[in-house]
This record gives sequence, C-alpha cells and structure tokens, in this order.
Amino acid sequence: MTSLLNRERPPVFCPGCGHEAVVRGLDQALQRLGLPGNRVAIVSDIGCSGLFDTFFNTHAFHGLHGRALTYATGIKMARPDLKVIVVMGDGGLGIGGAHVLSSCRRNLDITLLILNNFNYGMTGGQCSATTPTTGRTSSGFLNELEAPLDICRVAVAAGAPYVDRTMATGKELVDSLVQALCYPGFSLIDIWGLCPGRYSKKNRVTLTQMAEDIKESSAIAGPVAGNEREEYAAHYRRLATRAPAASKPLTVAATCHAPIRERCDVLLLGSAGQYINTVGEILCLAGMSGGLHVSQKNDYPITVLRGHSIAEVVLDRQPIEYTGIGSPAVVVCVAAEGVARRKKVFATLPEDAVVVKDSKLSLPDTRAKVIDIDFAKLKIRSSEQALAALAMVAREGILLTYEMLVVGLGHRYQGKMLDEALAVVARICDR
Amino acid sequence: MTQSFLEGNEAIARGAVAAGCRFFAGYPITPATSIYQQMLQLLPPAGGVCLQGEDEIASIGFCLGASMAGVKAMTATSGPGISLYSEQISFAIGGEIPLVIVDVQRLGPSTGSATKGADGDIQFLRWGNSGGMPVIVLAPVDVRDCYLLTMQAFNLAERYRCPVFIASNKEIGMTRESIDLDDLTGPEPEVRKPCPEDHPGHPFAPLPSENVPPFLPIGGKRHSRQTSSTHGEDGYISTDPAVIEAGILRMQEKLLGTVGDFTFYEYDGDAEDDILLVVYGVTARAAKAAVRELRALGSRVALLTLKTLYPVPEECIRQHLRGKSRVVVIEMNLGQYVREIERLSGNTAVSFYGRMNGELISPKDIVLKVGS
Repeated sequence: MTSLLNRERPPVFCPGCGHEAVVRGLDQALQRLGLPGNRVAIVSDIGCSGLFDTFFNTHAFHGLHGRALTYATGIKMARPDLKVIVVMGDGGLGIGGAHVLSSCRRNLDITLLILNNFNYGMTGGQCSATTPTTGRTSSGFLNELEAPLDICRVAVAAGAPYVDRTMATGKELVDSLVQALCYPGFSLIDIWGLCPGRYSKKNRVTLTQMAEDIKESSAIAGPVAGNEREEYAAHYRRLATRAPAASKPLTVAATCHAPIRERCDVLLLGSAGQYINTVGEILCLAGMSGGLHVSQKNDYPITVLRGHSIAEVVLDRQPIEYTGIGSPAVVVCVAAEGVARRKKVFATLPEDAVVVKDSKLSLPDTRAKVIDIDFAKLKIRSSEQALAALAMVAREGILLTYEMLVVGLGHRYQGKMLDEALAVVARICDR
Repeated sequence: MTQSFLEGNEAIARGAVAAGCRFFAGYPITPATSIYQQMLQLLPPAGGVCLQGEDEIASIGFCLGASMAGVKAMTATSGPGISLYSEQISFAIGGEIPLVIVDVQRLGPSTGSATKGADGDIQFLRWGNSGGMPVIVLAPVDVRDCYLLTMQAFNLAERYRCPVFIASNKEIGMTRESIDLDDLTGPEPEVRKPCPEDHPGHPFAPLPSENVPPFLPIGGKRHSRQTSSTHGEDGYISTDPAVIEAGILRMQEKLLGTVGDFTFYEYDGDAEDDILLVVYGVTARAAKAAVRELRALGSRVALLTLKTLYPVPEECIRQHLRGKSRVVVIEMNLGQYVREIERLSGNTAVSFYGRMNGELISPKDIVLKVGS
C-alpha cells in the first residue's frame, strides 16, 4: 500500500516535535490497514495539530477549536463506511470537553487522537488542561492553581470502550494506532509528546521520564471491559427501523354549518390539569368541520402541572389575520388561576359577549351575559369542566353546534376517552 | 374544503422533509423544541438521522459534517442558541456549507422569556458572524409560509452553498392554525451541483463565470477538503492577498448579485398610494387588517410584506418606495430592519413603530400610529 502522505506538503513542525512522529505513524497505520485515501476522513482541530490534515492525501475537515468531534459525528452518521479520524491537541481537549465526554458516552466508531504536549503550543505556550501544576508555562502561576486532567481515567468513567496512552516517539505507536483504528466503536489514544518550541524550552522533559510516567499512570491500554457495547451508528439504525411510520397530518372536511357570521375570539381560562389546550384544539377541530378558519395559542407556565392554563382561539369565515385576542365573544372560566391571569378582560366585554363559568367562581364585574354551571352538583370532574363549558356554548347555539362539537371530538379522541367525552357533552346538551 | 391544523414549527419540519432534508440535529429550546420533536418523528422512518446534540455547538457541528458528506441538513433554535451557533455559522459561511438554520425568536435579551415572541434577532442573524459576510434570511408570516419558505430555504442553501436562516417567532412557531395542505405546492427540490469529472477538483473553485463552487463531498471518490481557515480555491490555507480577496469577493457576490432571484415579498398597493407600510413576520398579519381599516378611513396606504430580509432586496424596496411621501416600518423590536429602509429611502420620511414586550402588535396599534 502506498503512503498517503502528500509529498508536496511535508510536515512543518518544529524539529523534535512529537506531532511529526504521529504523522508518520498514522501514515504507516493507514497503509497497514490498506485504506485508500478516499475512504479516510481526517478531522482536525486548531493549533499545531490542526495542520495534520494538510499532510495527508485523504478527505480533510479542519474546523473550529474544540469542535472536531462534532463534525466527525455528523460525517460518520452520514457515511458510516468512512474511516473517521479526529486529531486534536490538549487545547482542543480542554475547550471541547463536553464533546469528548459525549463521544465516550455515544460510542460512535471514530478514533480520537489527542496529541498531548501539556501546553498550547501555537499561541505561545500557555497552560492547558493537562499541564502539571509544577509546569512552567506562559500562563504565569495560573497552572499551579488547577489540577491537571487525566483524560484516560475520565474517558473510562464516561463510557469509552477503548482507551490507550502511548508516546508519540515510541515503538508501539503504529501498533497502538492500528488497534484503535480497527476497534469497532469509539477509541481514544492520549499520545504524549514533546513541544520543543515552547514547553520543553521551559521545563526539563525527557522522553525516558515521559515513558515512565505513562507506565505508572496507565491502568488501561485497549478495550475497557465494562464499557464495551453496541456501536452507535449501527444501534441507531437498528432502532430507527423499528420507529413507526410518521403519521400524515389530520385532515378535517367541512361537513357542518357553523353558526357564526363574523370573526369570534374565544378565551378558555383554566388551570393545569383541566385539558384547556386540548379543549381549545377540539373547538378548533369543530370549527374546521364547520368550514371555518381557526387559530389557537396557549399560555401556561413552564412548570406544566401547576398554575394557570389559557387557550386563545380565533374562529372566522375568512382567513385569519391578527391572531391576538381582541374583544372575546366567548369566555370560558373553569379555574380561579385562569381568571386571575386575565382579570382585565372582563370589564371590556360588551353586552353580547357570553361568559360560561363554574358557579362557584367569582369574576370581576362584567356587562357580558354570564351562564353558570354548577359542576359540583352535576358531579363533573375538574378535568372535564372545560369540555362541559364548551358543550354549554354549543347548546346556546353560539360559535358551534352540537354536531360540530361531536365531529371535533371524533377527530381528537378514540375509544373510551371519546365515549366519556361524548357522554359529558350529551349531558350538558340534553341529548 | 379539507383543512389540517398545524403550528408553524410543524410546518417547518414537514416542509424540510418535503425539500429532501434527511439530517437534523438540535438542542431542545422553547419555542423551537417542537421542530426537533417533529423531525424525530419524521426522519428515522424516512431513513434520515435526527440527533439531539449535547449542546447547540455540537448540534450545528453535526449538521456541518453531515452536509459536507452530502446530506441536506437543518437545525433549529431560539436566540440563545443562535448566540452559541455564532462561530459555527461563520465557518458555514466561509466553508460554503449548505445548511438551513431556524431561529424561532423569543423575547430577549438573553434567556428572556421562552414563551413570548419578538423579532429581536433580525440584525443578529445578519451580523452575528465574524467577518460580516452576507447570509440569507427568510421571514415567514404564517404556517403556510413556514412550509413553503422552508422548502425555498433548502433550495437556496443548495444553490448558493451557504447558511440560510428562517427568522420565525414564537407567535408563528407555537400558534396552530387551519391550513389546506393540498393547496400547497412547493418549489421543485434543488440539489447542490456536483463537481464535474473534468474539474481540477479544487473544492472552492467555481466553474468559469459562476460564483458557487461545484460540490465535492467529504467521503466521495475524489479527495475533498474543508477548512475554517482563510483558504485558496484548493482548500489549503492562503496568505496571498489577491487570492484571499478573490475568494471573499466571490462569496459576497454570489449572494448580493443574485438576491433578485430570491426576493420573496407581497405588495398590496397602487400608484396612487402615498403611505407605505413595511412589515415582515407575524406583524404582517396585523398590518393586513390595519390597512383595510385605514383605507376605510380614507388613507391611501400600501403594504409591503418582505419575506426575504437578507441580503437586503434593495431593488424591490426602492421600487416600492417610489412615489411614496411617507414610510412606516413596523417591527416587534426596538427598530432593526428600519435601518435598512432608512438607508434606501433618500428624502422620503421614514418612521418606526414597534414594541418588544412579548405582545403582538395589533391592528389597532398600527391604525393609531399611521393615522396620527
């Protein structure tokens, strides 16, 4: 297999830089695997290691600092047959920490090479997440204040199924690379090297000492027993084929005659647990069965099981323009929280507006016609009161007919829920 | 008549899939979350991929990788997410990566109100990238536009190889309304032009007298490169000012020179009108009702609803400014797009009406402002 190195663009690293050894080692590893350049995508980060992709005749993707894993993930999910190799320094590791952790959790078949030289070389030798506290860098005393990261331990804890640590200039490099590249899942190698341009200038670092430190620190070298599991892309596809076919949007035919002549704004004022949103939808579906144009907005707190719940519905024979509520024609009140939230509207209601409310609720003064329903006496549960109130509106012949309401319910509910809903409506409408 | 009942967000998702989108990645954020939830229903059964990134930066990153591998991709968020996307957006511009990005705007600044609408990100969408290169921003008015403009957005992303924003709003995204889906015919889906065999294979080299490089996918038979660094046509870093300038100007011209081909708008008015209302987004709905009322009161008022906001469709705007003595720009913010109109209005008086308090601008508000 021929070399994948681009002879016209030889490495430009400082003499003695660990990165150069990794470039040669990766080329040899790819040759051993017999991979042609167009089946390989090298995704690089920022910094000296970010130059990596320029030295190879492969697909290359040089993105933002710390984000190399994000592109690699998208590429691999779109093309699972590609060999995707991510290269970043200890700089990219720091800024991209969340993506490293997520990649460990995900187990997508990509290989991450961390070219770890314990500082940010390209920007002048500042400390990184892996700089020892005793290291001297251009960050002054700042690295004395923070504990360095052992990415192999972190990766194992985060679920990476293959973790290794080796020397850029070691004899084992090519073997380590081949094994990691072949591993059918997420593999990570922490590759230690010298930075002759910066870190090694200020700190006594020898390859021998580095090799010893690696031996001492590394418990894992290769597959991590407890973390091995199904590879992400294959697992994803397996689950995706089980996913039910997407449903087409519901269609409602105009089969009834709606008793409105002009635009009607409707407010449903209730509380969490009263299906206000759903009853608003049912009103809309009923309206559509009467050939009307409809719109609905909801207002409820983020903590969905508590507090007010309000639906704003507009019904019109013409296409709806403004979707805000002007002067409502109908206001349904089934909980104090909803009433309180819109208390200002009551004084503005004209005489021909209709308010349908729970008889035990008290309202601000209003000129509108008020219809009370004694839900307690009728033994209508809180969760059914909004629907019952809507049925009362239909019974009065305002907005919608009983027939429209029944059709609307049929579009929203099935089975037992439909039967119960129809029963409530029938009671109120004396059917 | 048969109608369906859809919110803007669902219409965007369905429009995307109809346009051929087969990759979505996003992070849940109100009021955009339902776009992600819809894509999760629609994509896997269609053989597509829908992912939930660990954050917004990952989500858009996934999309950029997938798009460069040849798949039509989309992501969706709100203002806080656009903030996080910013660096990746700059990369998408410089790397000429097709991508549709939906901003379902919420009331800001910052976290603001998740469940209140605003159009506070309009200039942010244009300028929230380092370098200030042009982008495309489309603004739907309603559910119907959400579907159709999303389809247009994908076509533009493919045709011009750039990020295309959909500037939606909580008031559109999370309002459900009736819509006759049979009445919707979107544009024919376009696909990015593939790199011809006899092309030298430089990933950023357009064909002669064209401005958009034909596409070389990552993972294709011919090697392809992508880079966020300043690059020459060959995709390698360049330090040559002439090469750099050529690339920058080409990327600018590919959008500024063609906006006439994708200026979407509606105009209601005639030669006798002397007041022009300029609106976009959900405000256009109230403006339509206001214009009717103003005309009933005797006003000679015209309504320009812009659906392509950026690049600024200067020719269209100038054309409709002609003959008007007064322009009123109405926005759900403190005055953003009005700056573009002022720039083009010459001696015609431009005034602004807006609010950014989480409430819709009503027809009454507009009638009062214009009538005064």
